[in-house]
Amino acid sequence: MAADKKIGAYICKGCGLGERLDCDQLEQMAKSEGKAAIAKQHDFLCNQDGVDMIQADIDNEGITHVMLGACSRRAKTDAFDFEGVALSRANLREGVIWIRPDTDDARETTQEMANDYIRMGCAEAKHMNQPDASGEQGLTKHILVVGGGMTGMTTALEAAKAGYAASIVEKQPQLGGITAQLFKRIPVRAPFLAPADSGVADLIAEVQANDKITVYVNSTVTRTSGAPGRFAVDIAQESGSTVTEHFGAIVQASGFKPYDMSQLTEFNPDNADVVDQLGLEALANAANGGAIKRPSDGKDVENVLFIQCAGQRSQKEGRLSYCSGHCCSTSIKQALYFKQNNPDTQTTVLFTDLRTPGAGGENFYRAGQDQGVTFLKGEAESVTAGSAGPKVKFDNFLLNETVEQEYDLVVLATGMVPNSGPNPYLAQEVAQAKEDKKDEQVIVKMEALLEKEEAKDSVLNLDYRQGTDMPHLVHGFTDSHFICFPYETRRTGIYTAGPVRRPMDIGQATDDATGAALKAIQVVENASLGRAAHPRSGDLSYPKFRKEGCTQCKRCTVECPFGAINEDEQRYPQFNEARCRRCGTCMGACPVRVISFDNYSVDTVGQAIKSVDIPDEYSEKPRILVLACENDAYPALDMAAMNRTEYSPFVRVVPVRCLGSVNTIWLTDALNSGYDGAVLLGCQKGENYQCHFVKGSEMAHYRMSKIGDTLTQLNLETERVETHEVSITDIQRIPEIINDMAATIEKVGMSPFKF
Amino acid sequence: MSDVNTAMVEKYRNNFLKEVANNVEEGEWVRMCMQCGVCSGSCPLGPHWDHPPQELFMMIRANKREEVLTSNSMWMCTSCYNCMVRCPRELPITHIMHGLAHYAKRLGIAPKEQPTNKFSQMFWNNLTKTGRVNELKLGLALYFMNGFSEGIKMSMKMRSIGQGMALTGRMAPMEIFGGHGVKDQKGFHAMLKKAEELEAARVGEHV
Repeated sequence: MAADKKIGAYICKGCGLGERLDCDQLEQMAKSEGKAAIAKQHDFLCNQDGVDMIQADIDNEGITHVMLGACSRRAKTDAFDFEGVALSRANLREGVIWIRPDTDDARETTQEMANDYIRMGCAEAKHMNQPDASGEQGLTKHILVVGGGMTGMTTALEAAKAGYAASIVEKQPQLGGITAQLFKRIPVRAPFLAPADSGVADLIAEVQANDKITVYVNSTVTRTSGAPGRFAVDIAQESGSTVTEHFGAIVQASGFKPYDMSQLTEFNPDNADVVDQLGLEALANAANGGAIKRPSDGKDVENVLFIQCAGQRSQKEGRLSYCSGHCCSTSIKQALYFKQNNPDTQTTVLFTDLRTPGAGGENFYRAGQDQGVTFLKGEAESVTAGSAGPKVKFDNFLLNETVEQEYDLVVLATGMVPNSGPNPYLAQEVAQAKEDKKDEQVIVKMEALLEKEEAKDSVLNLDYRQGTDMPHLVHGFTDSHFICFPYETRRTGIYTAGPVRRPMDIGQATDDATGAALKAIQVVENASLGRAAHPRSGDLSYPKFRKEGCTQCKRCTVECPFGAINEDEQRYPQFNEARCRRCGTCMGACPVRVISFDNYSVDTVGQAIKSVDIPDEYSEKPRILVLACENDAYPALDMAAMNRTEYSPFVRVVPVRCLGSVNTIWLTDALNSGYDGAVLLGCQKGENYQCHFVKGSEMAHYRMSKIGDTLTQLNLETERVETHEVSITDIQRIPEIINDMAATIEKVGMSPFKF
Repeated sequence: MSDVNTAMVEKYRNNFLKEVANNVEEGEWVRMCMQCGVCSGSCPLGPHWDHPPQELFMMIRANKREEVLTSNSMWMCTSCYNCMVRCPRELPITHIMHGLAHYAKRLGIAPKEQPTNKFSQMFWNNLTKTGRVNELKLGLALYFMNGFSEGIKMSMKMRSIGQGMALTGRMAPMEIFGGHGVKDQKGFHAMLKKAEELEAARVGEHV
């Protein structure tokens, strides 16, 4: 313990703590075992008087580390917000008195629990430092937008409106993207009755007139390096010249391309009178409000069929398995093109499930019906050449019959394919699949996909160790989680918006663009102060590493879910602090334990674990360590406490930033020092993961799958360590998991390692 | 009436939906159906219909004119209004059912042996004769609707009730001879004739 560290321990007697616990004993514990310079009790610590008492000690007594024995670290954070000191908290309320019965029998174990939490809080405080801002601060707040379509332009404008300079890089010779090819768009304003002007021309004019926005057309990004606040980006123009610009954040709005309809051979794609939705937009543009003519012979279209989900929502090889979201509304819009010119045009939409998302979607559907668009529930089997036009064979689901009918024109609602770069993790996944000896066919499929991916042009050309582009979530869409963390890709400071993120229509893409602009602003502001962007927004700590101890094993660089860590010329890890999300997955990965944060390290947790008093083997008081993810598992435990759900008094819960930050040394040490069992609680992993740090929980599960060897070496039963995936709503399940472990310990007996 | 039917077929050809919208009471609502099937699921008699409302609407869109109009399904409606109350699109389904039945009847292609159709005609004939419903005659006609022997059986079965009603003055046996009517029968018939003319003119407009 460094000389300049001075711990002040404060024990609250409010909320029933004073009645349930022997606070004098806790105070004594903090002083004797916790080595606190000052230990005090207060009747109501979070009120002004209590807070003032602590602040006075900080000011007058030189307290640098505050340990609060009160409620959960998630409670009263506004009151206990002291500047310039490191803070640790012993959870006596949610962690002890609320989960134990108020009986004479329980009093002894309850007090022991509280004593241990005080010891742990003091040990944590002793080994932590007050973090200061990363030295690697942002230099610029300029925002780069890749893609000049509706999404890209909106992002740039929104950023400009908020006072941030923006640059748009567009591959095509002009702005506007796909929207510029549309005759009209789906309405976004009440009453949602008719197709509306796309407004793309106005938007282009607005972008061009805005002096905060620079536009590069005919340009691509050929190299991106750096980190939030200091990205260096090479922009290559078609003419051959390249400029290097600096940016604080990047928004990738590279949009989509329509699914290639020529692959839909059953729908006669070579027939001139079978078009996709963009094909119809071209016809509508040519007609410009007049009668839409069919391509084959220029006849006015009198009878048109829209086939929904063409090549979409299909499990067939080479088809899109997902719903593109906009196509139902788009078909209604296109049917209205015909109706507005001639109400007697027969327009039929053949659908299996009609979905019109968005605020006005249902109104627009009604408007279509009201104007006489016919909606048939069924599925098209095939299109062939008929005598007067394409002949469609379809099943009418409601009447349970197969019908063949000729139309003047058939429109296929094909889906959206994201314009994403190659998936940086696919090669790794293929290698893993081979290592795991997966099914031959699966590997062949994966390799074919990999070949296709590698043929794709990179969008960002990232100079990252982990690959050139944004990791994909599913089906090539570049996101990290559609629901929990939209926009937050797995590359900090780079956001994706619009249809490259998930399928959407113009209205949703515009909203999306605004969201991405705000995220970009959040990151440049945080980077300028040397703080974490999100989800630990404002966190000052960042990973520090002891170079002389590093063995260059590269685990941290490979396992970092956010591609934050590169390798320097000497092959040491190079932490790009501004790219870091502060999850600690690198800390959990490091076999030589050289990575740590000021206020969260192998020591802060390890010493807290070791400080627990271990009663001897014959006491019938086992000790169970619970490492709980602070994002979901720990709040769930707090909520269980609010419900007064009782669980075993033998557990000692330690919150961790992410289960990925758990270093196996903690478990080895715990078992060696006499703990009888350990439970790790993390978030859902795998395909539908809910882990806030994407891969943390998965990494932890993987590492823990090897803990069995350690247990066997120690001659301990493997049941003593369990890893669980839990969610924040598991407020009944988590106490059950804990109690089950207590029962298991009772069955297999106490650990022989108690000294 | 079948002239009108032919004329309508000629006029609307491939667009039965439009024919329904223009001619059937509340028929313009049919196009607003979103095929959720709540009406069919809500109908207490649904399992006994050949085509529940949702399917009728689908058939209208699929131009199944003959099948819809000659169907006995809409005649099965008991006006419980369950479908109408539950329809998320607020379609007046009950009214449409009656509208369809009425339209089929007007075109002369409604199923003649359908009991509701038969009874409705009986009721109308009975009522229009004198301007008042002759309950005795209507009741007897109902008993004999399905043939003479059925009628005798039914009458015998209901005999004691009939006697009781006669004794308490609830049924006048003398009604069998002509029966009571409105005061100005001539005026009443003139009024019905005028209404029929108006109706014919209105239908003619659409033919």
